[in-house]
Amino acid sequence: MIRFIIRRLLGAAVVVWIVSVVTFVIFQLAPTLSHQSPIYYYIAKQPPPVGSVQFKELEHAFGFDRPLFQQYWFWLSNIFHSHTISNGTGETSSCHFPCLGYSFKLHTPVSTLIWQALPVSLSLAVGASILWLVGGVLVGTISGLRPGSLFDRVGMIGTLTAVSIPIFFTGPILLLLVVYQWKWLPDVSYAPLTKDPAQWLRSMILPWIALAFAFAALYARLTRANMMETMGEDFIRTARAKGLPRRTVVVKHGLRAALTPIVTIFAIDLGTLIGSTVITETVFNLRGLGWLSIQSIRTKDLPVIMGVTIVAAIALVLANLIADIMYAVIDPRVRFS
Amino acid sequence: MSDPREATLGTAAIEFIPESAPDAKAFLSVRDLRVHFPTDDGLVKAVDGISFDVERGSILGIVGESGSGKSVTSQAILGLHTGTSAKLSGEIWFDDKNLLAASEKELRALRGAEIAVIFQDPLSAMHPYYKVGAQISEAYLVHNKVSHAEARKATIAMLDRVGIPNPAARYEDYPHHFSGGMRQRAMIAMALVCQPRLLIADEPTTSLDVTVQAQILELMKDLAKELDSAVILITHDLGVVAETCDSVVVMYGGQCVEKGSVDQLFYEPEMPYTWGLLGSMPRLDRTRQARLTPIAGQPPSLIQVPKGCVFNPRCRYIDRVPGNRCKTEHPELVETTTKGHEVRCHIRPAERRQIFDNEILPSL
Repeated sequence: MIRFIIRRLLGAAVVVWIVSVVTFVIFQLAPTLSHQSPIYYYIAKQPPPVGSVQFKELEHAFGFDRPLFQQYWFWLSNIFHSHTISNGTGETSSCHFPCLGYSFKLHTPVSTLIWQALPVSLSLAVGASILWLVGGVLVGTISGLRPGSLFDRVGMIGTLTAVSIPIFFTGPILLLLVVYQWKWLPDVSYAPLTKDPAQWLRSMILPWIALAFAFAALYARLTRANMMETMGEDFIRTARAKGLPRRTVVVKHGLRAALTPIVTIFAIDLGTLIGSTVITETVFNLRGLGWLSIQSIRTKDLPVIMGVTIVAAIALVLANLIADIMYAVIDPRVRFS
Repeated sequence: MSDPREATLGTAAIEFIPESAPDAKAFLSVRDLRVHFPTDDGLVKAVDGISFDVERGSILGIVGESGSGKSVTSQAILGLHTGTSAKLSGEIWFDDKNLLAASEKELRALRGAEIAVIFQDPLSAMHPYYKVGAQISEAYLVHNKVSHAEARKATIAMLDRVGIPNPAARYEDYPHHFSGGMRQRAMIAMALVCQPRLLIADEPTTSLDVTVQAQILELMKDLAKELDSAVILITHDLGVVAETCDSVVVMYGGQCVEKGSVDQLFYEPEMPYTWGLLGSMPRLDRTRQARLTPIAGQPPSLIQVPKGCVFNPRCRYIDRVPGNRCKTEHPELVETTTKGHEVRCHIRPAERRQIFDNEILPSL
């Protein structure tokens, strides 16, 4: 098991490295290839004329005067060691590990921006995922045990409807009804969990429901299909032939096998969501990573875009790693192959 | 562990003491059992009116091709069709209880404890996520009020009894760690850990290496004798039947077409289908290198069962019956001149014996 985890960790490290190369190539190299200096995107204002002393100084400071491989190494090593970033006209910032750059647009280090946004995204993704996992698996299990029953038919029509409605519809409708029409919840903005748990909860409930809605429907359908397949397996027949009570047959023998593939999908969905809840964040005015990435793209704030991309990618890689390990914990056959 | 039998019985012997003199009265009696499955294409008559008895301590073989209704019959005895679309009728008497009328709770108390099954493919029949030992203990725990430690002890003793070396260590292994033969041994341990009175072996050796098959059969036979369990052995292998069983039911198209003792079936078979089965069985005890004779044609559709005798489309002897009765009239299961030997065939008994002696026997 330990060897398995070490192998997966090494694999994850390789993936993170590849992500860093791809991010570098796309965001740092692409403007260079089109004979444009990327400096503009870094200093957030018109750079000095090309060929001037100031321009050359800036180019040197950001490493653009070096050969390609050295540029990558310079960019990568700058993440790990402390240095000072300057836009050449007086504004400077000292940057420590993990140094993802400095946004001269927002006058803030990128890592600070991400540290502010990450808890919002995490709260949103984790809370919603718990909701949809519990709801989806519950509906899916009951449906899968009695396919063709009234519950199953109503449930499946309901989930099909839920999958079809986009968040930018359910979100505002929820806000309109729950907050403005019925006034069940106050119109509050996000507060960190550590500072004001009550307000954090009040501000997150609707985003959770809106985000979980579509996912719950998807998971209900997945669980139903897996459950139906598992209940037809020979080992379920064996469990019944042993004289086990139905609940033991369903939960211990059926559900555990049926949920295994769902665990994998769940971890990956959760990892993906951390950087991509753009619509939900926009609808509910939450300043998470999705909002941050949209903002930085709009203002062409390259260091922020790169930082968010890398953090989102690392979140996905970590989620995959956790999925792999959980799979091995659940299914003993995986550990040894 | 000087005497493995003592270790096996252990605490369970208190729960169930085998009666000293097994009486010959049938304790399982299946009467006119029908299992029908409604499907979109029509009603599948998987089992259509089958009757047989199993006597205490005896071994009954049920033979037939794939789809002849063997496994469906065994699952009906366990009540495993509840919760499916299957329609069951008839009676299954186990002691004085009709299992078809019993509640799910009553059936659950019998399953595993009184009636246990060894399934065909032990790899898919065991749960891949649980340790082999835990799966056997689970069967023991559900029917015996004992601690986990005691269940573990009983399981290890049973694993030892079925010939698994180093049983305490193998208890902790998962099914995929076992070889095919060992897995089937573990399956037998799982079935016998509660010392059931009836053991249903559903093609227990089909997925096994030929060299292992004989060992597994021998083990099953020994254990059944030791625990005084009756056995229903479901198989398509007549060689296995000849070696193992006391009596045989031959199934074809969901019906019993011939039944009797092993000697009757092998030395005086009267039904053309049984002749076909015997003719298609490879034998090593004959010097003559005759070719095997397959039965021409396909097994019948269970939705549109042939009119008349269910075997008539494949039978080579329908012209021996006047008036085309084989295709129009459904033959009854009738006792032959020998007691306990029943055949479903329109051909007159004297003629049947004549055909067998003159045409079938020489080529076997």
